[in-house]
Amino acid sequence: MNSYELLEISLFFILLLVMIRPLGSYMAKVYQGERTFLSPVVVPCEKLLYRLCGVDGDEEMDWKRYAWAMALFNLVLFVALFAMLMLQHLLPLNPEKLPAFTWALALNTAISFVTNTNWQAYSGESAASYFTQMAGLTVHNFVSAATGMAVVIALIRGFVRRKTSMLGNFWVDMTRGTLYILLPLSLIGAIFLVSQGVIQNFSSYKTVPLVQEITYDKAKVDDKGDPLKDVKGNPVTESATAKEVTIPMGPVASQEVIKELGTNGGGFFNANSAHPYENPTPLSHFMEIFLILLIPGALTYTFGVMVGNTRQGWTLLGVMLLLLIGSFSVLQGVESSGNPLLAQFGIHGANMEGKDLRFSLAGTNLFEVATTGTSCGAVSAMHDSLTPLGGMIPLALILLGEVIFGGVGSGLYTMLAFAVIAVFVSGLMIGRTPEYLGKKIEVQEMWMSIVTILTAGITVLILSGIAMLTPSAVSAMANPGAHGLSEVLYAFASMANNNGSAFAGLNANVNFYNILGSLAMLLGRYVPAVAVLAMAGSLAEKKYVPPSLGTLPTDKVPFALWLTLVILIVGALTFFPALSLGPIAEHLAMVGGKI
Amino acid sequence: MKELRSAILMLIVFTVLCGGIYPTVVTGIASVLFPKQAGGSFITDTNNRVIGSSLIGQPFSEAKYFWPRPSATSGFSYNPLASGGSNSGPTNPDFIKTVGCRVKTLQDSGVTGSIPADLVLASASGLDPHVSPEAANVQIPRVAKARGMAEEVLTTLVAAHTEGRQLGLLGEPRVNVLALNLQLDLLK
Repeated sequence: MNSYELLEISLFFILLLVMIRPLGSYMAKVYQGERTFLSPVVVPCEKLLYRLCGVDGDEEMDWKRYAWAMALFNLVLFVALFAMLMLQHLLPLNPEKLPAFTWALALNTAISFVTNTNWQAYSGESAASYFTQMAGLTVHNFVSAATGMAVVIALIRGFVRRKTSMLGNFWVDMTRGTLYILLPLSLIGAIFLVSQGVIQNFSSYKTVPLVQEITYDKAKVDDKGDPLKDVKGNPVTESATAKEVTIPMGPVASQEVIKELGTNGGGFFNANSAHPYENPTPLSHFMEIFLILLIPGALTYTFGVMVGNTRQGWTLLGVMLLLLIGSFSVLQGVESSGNPLLAQFGIHGANMEGKDLRFSLAGTNLFEVATTGTSCGAVSAMHDSLTPLGGMIPLALILLGEVIFGGVGSGLYTMLAFAVIAVFVSGLMIGRTPEYLGKKIEVQEMWMSIVTILTAGITVLILSGIAMLTPSAVSAMANPGAHGLSEVLYAFASMANNNGSAFAGLNANVNFYNILGSLAMLLGRYVPAVAVLAMAGSLAEKKYVPPSLGTLPTDKVPFALWLTLVILIVGALTFFPALSLGPIAEHLAMVGGKI
Repeated sequence: MKELRSAILMLIVFTVLCGGIYPTVVTGIASVLFPKQAGGSFITDTNNRVIGSSLIGQPFSEAKYFWPRPSATSGFSYNPLASGGSNSGPTNPDFIKTVGCRVKTLQDSGVTGSIPADLVLASASGLDPHVSPEAANVQIPRVAKARGMAEEVLTTLVAAHTEGRQLGLLGEPRVNVLALNLQLDLLK
């Protein structure tokens, strides 16, 4: 890392830390219904919105009703988006006359955006109309993020409240998250991104002449538009000349900003945040990483404020920072030394395959750990082309359950489930009563925490196993050998943890991945969310136990280190065998000259 | 049933708000404050015709032009309708072979010595408009010969087209290949 990069990374974390407190306390005020500087503008809108939707803002819900409202809302969102994708050709704002999605792709895409995953088995520029991107996908980027935040706020209330079954009102929490937090930040962020060159328009695609015409081999197609193949099954090509190109346009900035801010990650274009129209400058890159980590980071402070001890929040943030910076350092180390197999050609420099030049290497690596430590899944480099150990870092970050900052809301609630487990295990080891934040940890909490943490892992391993036995799933791999396994493992890890990034060589638009992937996304999103709400319900009913000599302090450094260790151990126990067969095997083969 | 009604109404309200009003407001503000960027950062010639975008790279293969990074977009390279990387794994034999061919093409064109990695490895977007200053410099002898220009003139031109780090800190120094080649054509 050169001194510029060191400075860039340091500056990044300083700015992030500076923003945690003001945004965190603002969010605490929002969710606790206190007055904020935006109240004069937003309160009337909020009231109008409740009246329109028939919501009583003062009504409280127990955990079952809260979960029911969340589930129903998500079901309605899914049906609407599925219908929109299937009817794309009939809807407005489609200047390129793009056709409807196939049913399997529409199913996968609709579930993907409703679950905050944004796994994309399609390319935006050639498959999604402006209407779909804006009235469909952008909307889901807001409300799926607000849903995740609502669930963690309900969990925090579970810790704070005593002897009640009430956790708040889902509609109110979801609405406030959108109106007070996501929309204002997106508005500012979008304008900033446009200033850097992110496009924002409704023009039809632009045809531009090439300075130098180029000839290329064009695949021949039959009358139906399917590619022709010769007797050996190879595609038939003809020589063609390109004199001009078509550059796609669209309302990109408004979607780009919420894609990062809401840790959604679904790119407007296929190349995602590597596309110059999504991420044109080093500064826009810096800002996009900042947006990814901003809300998940600040939520730890919100948590601290709401439980009445901000050190509890800082402790969790410390764990997140430690793991994030650790994984960044490894990635930076392996990527900067380049690909050893290319040394024979006399090439010097970092592993630049799948990376754009305008971003610094350290900046790119920071983006990749930020996007996989959270549930974002936007990419500014192609993860499939990272070195074997480099590619293992984002994969491992996803497999750890996305608790390293994590998705908006979902990251913190999973982290709190880990904290509950850490408290319980340490309680067993040192003979102290397992208590967290003044609530006794009992069977119900343990069950729900374990369900929260293990659902995604079990889903990943079982579905990857099934894929290895399915010919159509294996033939979708783009790279041979151990790397192919990594592609499949990454695909299910990404979907089950609602990340959305990919080892994108894998041809995911086949029924196998579209359908089983949809299942993975549903399980990975809703099983933990409902388990967390159930835990919140059980916690809220308990009485407060004041800390005594027998209580393990959970706001100090030793607990932070212990929690880090618990996260790493659970991850290693679950995934080490799978990782050894994928990236680790590939690395060993590479350094051993067995390729 | 009450919850279902609220869910449907919420969907409608948020679709109007986040999917209609918000992007329209952003488009409106952007078109006033940053019309050029919002429209695609297009470059126009003296007749006001659009001849490219400063953000989207173009393919060049003739000796008289500086070559950009390899692009893995489908159809042809630098196809803006198919942005994306190669997704080649680091140990994929086909990938190693492809890189070997690219190195050979460069060496055949007169590049000697060690080759900067960015010139033979495909970008993530497939539309990367930039090469490193070093990758531009190794091409100077070829371009100079093809155009019958002095190498010093080209060295100065490349230096003039090298963008520094943004705010003196962020990113990497880089050369916009399309802008450089357009300038070359103006010089003849």
